[in-house]
Order: sequence, then C-alpha cells, then structure tokens
Amino acid sequence: MQVSLIHYLILSAILFSLGIYGVITRRNAIMVLMGIELILNSANINFIAFARYAGMQLDGQAIAVFVIILAAAEAAIALAIVLNIYHRFNTVNVDEISRLKE
Amino acid sequence: MLEQIIHSVNLLKPETTLAITFCVLLVVDLIVKKRGSETAWLALIGLAITGFFLMQEPAAGTNSIFFNMFAVDAFSIFFKFIILASTVMIVLFSLQSNELKTKRRALGEYYALLISLTLGMFLMTGASNLLMMYLSLELTSISSYILAGYTKDADDSSEASLKYVIYGAVSSGLMLYGISILYGLTGAIDIYGINKTLMMGDVNMVAVVIAGILIVAGFGYKISAAPFHFWTPDVYEGAPITITALLSVASKAAGFAMMIRFFKVSFLDPTVGNLSFGSWALFRGFEWNQILAMISVLTMTLGNLVAIWQDNLKRLLAYSSIAHAGYMLLGVVVLSNEGVAAVLIYFVVYFFMNLGAFYTVMLVANKTGSEDIKEYKGLGYRSPLVSVALTVFLLSLTGVPPTAGFVGKLYIFAALINAKWFWLAIAGALNSVVSLYYYVRVLRNMFLRPADPSAQPISFSVPQIVILLILVIPTILLGLYFGPLVEYAQASISMFGVH
Repeated sequence: MQVSLIHYLILSAILFSLGIYGVITRRNAIMVLMGIELILNSANINFIAFARYAGMQLDGQAIAVFVIILAAAEAAIALAIVLNIYHRFNTVNVDEISRLKE
Repeated sequence: MLEQIIHSVNLLKPETTLAITFCVLLVVDLIVKKRGSETAWLALIGLAITGFFLMQEPAAGTNSIFFNMFAVDAFSIFFKFIILASTVMIVLFSLQSNELKTKRRALGEYYALLISLTLGMFLMTGASNLLMMYLSLELTSISSYILAGYTKDADDSSEASLKYVIYGAVSSGLMLYGISILYGLTGAIDIYGINKTLMMGDVNMVAVVIAGILIVAGFGYKISAAPFHFWTPDVYEGAPITITALLSVASKAAGFAMMIRFFKVSFLDPTVGNLSFGSWALFRGFEWNQILAMISVLTMTLGNLVAIWQDNLKRLLAYSSIAHAGYMLLGVVVLSNEGVAAVLIYFVVYFFMNLGAFYTVMLVANKTGSEDIKEYKGLGYRSPLVSVALTVFLLSLTGVPPTAGFVGKLYIFAALINAKWFWLAIAGALNSVVSLYYYVRVLRNMFLRPADPSAQPISFSVPQIVILLILVIPTILLGLYFGPLVEYAQASISMFGVH
C-alpha cells in the first residue's frame, strides 16, 4: 500500500484529537502541557505532508521549523510557571489550584 | 529583491527600535545593580523614539513589506498608536504601583518584557501572513504569560499565569491546526494568496469553515470573546493591575486588528458588495457574519450578566472588558467601512476610560491594599477627586452622554442600524442598560454609603493626579468634541490589498 497524503492527514487528525482529549481530561498541569504539544505536532505533520504531497513549495517545511522552535519556547515558559506553582501550592493539579473565585 | 528588503527595513523602524530597546533594557538590567527606576525611564525613551518613527511612516500610502509578510498601512498605524500610548501609560502606572515595589527583585526584566509584549502587538497589527500572525500572537502571549505571573511571590499571580498559559497555549494550538488546514486547501500562507485561491472556486467549503472556526479560536482568545473567555476573569484578577490594564486595552486592540485584517482580506469577495460605497461581502457559501454576530451577543450578554455578581472591582472590570469586546465585535459584524471606523473610534475611547478605571483602582489599592467593592464605601468623602474621576470612567464605560463612551457606542449602533441589523442593535442597547446596574453599584458605595468612622482622608501625590487628569479630561472632552477623532478614524481604515 502506498502511503499518501490522506494517511498523513488522518494521522494528524488522530494526534490532534488525542491532544484535545488530553487537555480536557487530564488534571495534572504537566499532562495538559503534553496534550498541547500533541496539538502543535499534529499541525506540523499537516504542514509537512501538504508541502510534500500537494506539490507546494517549501513553505510548509519552513513553518514546521518555526513551530518546533516556538513549541520549545512555550514549553520552557510553561514549565517554569508550573515549577513556580509547585513551590507555592505543593501540587500541580489544575483543579486544586483555584484561589481565584470561579 | 535587494530594493524590496531595503524598502522594507526602512518601513520597519518602529519595530526595530522596540527590539533594540528590549535588548538594551536586558543588558542595563544586568549591569546596573541599584534598585531604581532607571529601566523605566530607558523604556520610556525607547517608546518615545518608537513614537517618533511611527509618525514618520507614510500614513496615506499602503505598503506590503518583506514579500507580503507584513503590511504598513493607515489601519495598522492607527492601532500601533493605540498600543504605543497604552504601553507608555502602563510604564507610568508601574512607576506608581506599590504592588510591584514590594517585590524583592528589580524591575528591569519587567520593563524589558513590557517592550517585547509591545513588539509582539505591533507585529500583530500588520501581520499579513498566517505564519507571521501565529508568531506575533505567540510573542505577545509568551511575554504576557510571564508578566501575568510577575509578582510570583503572590499566590494569585502564580495561579493567573498558570491559567493563562494553559488556555493560551490550547487556543493558539487550535489556531495553528486551522492554519495548517487552510494552507493545505489553498497552498498559500499570505492572506492575499489565500483570497486569490478561494476566489477561483473548487475549494472544499466544509474544510474552509472548519479551518476558519479554528482560526477564530485564536483571535477569540486574544480579544476574550465568548466562548474563549474563560481565562479572562482569573487572569485579570490575579495579574498585577498594571498588566491587567495593558491586557485589557492593548492586547485586545492587537487581536482586533489582526482579526479584522484576516477576515477582510482573505475572505473578501470583490464580486459581491460595493467596496466603493464601503460595504463588502465575505466569500460565498458561508455566513461568517452570522457566526460573529452570535459570538458578539454571547460575549456581551455573558460579560454583563456575570459582572453583576462580582465583589472584586478588578474582576468586575474583567467582565466589563469581556462585554466591551462584544460591543466592538458588533462593528466587525456589519462588514462595512463604517463598522470598522466605529471599532477604531471605540478603541480610542476605550483606551482612555478603561485605563483610567484601572488606574483609579490601582491608586485606591495602593492605599487600602484591597480591590474589594466594600473598601469603596464612603470613598467620595475620603478622596473626592479620585472618586469623581472613577465616576466619570464608569459612566463612560456604561455609555452615558456626555462622556466619550457614548460617542463610541453611538457610532457602533449607527453602523448596525445603517446595515439593517436591528436585532443586534437592540441587544447591544439592552446590554448597556444591564451594565449600568453594576457600575452604579460602585458609585453608590462611594457616595451614598458612610465610610468607616476610623477611615482617614486619602491624599495622592502630584504626578498621580496629573496622570489621572491626562485620562479624565479626554474622557469628557471626546464626548463633547469628537469631530477630529471621527475623521482620523475614517481615514485610517485603508488596508493594503483592499481598496
């Protein structure tokens, strides 16, 4: 069987759904951040697959490189914030951290 | 190619200045160990130079620079002025804030991050390429995540930044996925190319709609429109009040600029509508303005109804700013130059009244250490000047004539009625009435309730009063004399690629 564009798109859609599922169901801040990484990487797969199979120029690959760098920057900031939260609240469970009124 | 780059670099001077200021501030913060406000003044100098270059930009012409990455046109310059003015005011506020001074760390990074936030917002106003939009949105977001948690010794502030980073990252992830689909469908990443491909037809409409809705999630989060507003109350309440004020004005302005440009340029259908008469139509097959109308009604109703129950004034203003995003979206819904001009007018007005309201809350919190509405009992007797100023801001936020807020709402509703969106105009007017209730609750506490017998009169320093007057006087003046503002806004709606 030939691997074609549609297979990549299905893969990325599955990854995207898993990411959303993780963000919604997980209560641990680290796991939520991992869900976000899945969402970003599913978009990356889309970009590269479109660039490779749909006969487009290198735009897609270039975007993917930017997104990878940005994901790293965002993860660094997010983990620093989670670390600070852990120091203050002794937990990283997002449900337990609700001093601000609902 | 070389000419294009030289041309582009020339038009990018304000952004370049901001980037240099950012680096200078970081280095100065490393070298100077003294705890002073040098970095704040350096930031102000950088912002002043940025303002100087911004005035040099050719306001009349429209330019697309760096191969359609970025547009320098009257529309983006207008928003850049609002963002720049907000940042200048926020630096001035920060100099007065006790909340920031109680920190053990120096404030060098704080001002550096403010500048990088401003740079991100500048780039958002002109971004005309989906990658550029995403990157500038992230630059803005990442800077504001850190700033929201800047007083990291406080639990509230830490919690605010955690909630902000989670909601922000999810929304921008959704937006990126939407961008990837739109890229696959059209093969272009600049909004002009996308428009061209969409107009040629044979694009799967369902996929375009899904991509569009995912991209709207990113914009909706930035302007805090329902249903992407969940972060707003918590972040606004927990973040340092200076940052809350900046997020509620400048970052919303940048989000609106990017959203209007995206919809107007990439989904424009030049064959329908009458561009020379100022109305335009979006790409056939899907009613984008119906979706936006639903979002705006939901946003303002939710913001206003929940604000009624709030006892913390910062949180109340957070819900009020959600409601105001709803009013401003009404101007986008009508898809006409008149509507966009109304949004621009509204932003100038909103700049004065909202920053003013947050500034008075900060001044009072400096003295009383609380933002609770109960603390405002009898404030009218303890500090008449600040109470009267807050009254003006709150009445202006409601839209009572003769304040500036009335002018803002007037133009929005006029645009709606001219475009025959009567039900939306009625919904907006009803919402304004609801908002009167919770604003007046604050006024009642200030003037009709007696103060605690032990409470002393509160006095403020001269610079604090000067800054307050800078915000109060335009709030009243713009309500009485708004001709030049309206003309300037109407001249500022031209965008590159749309005539």
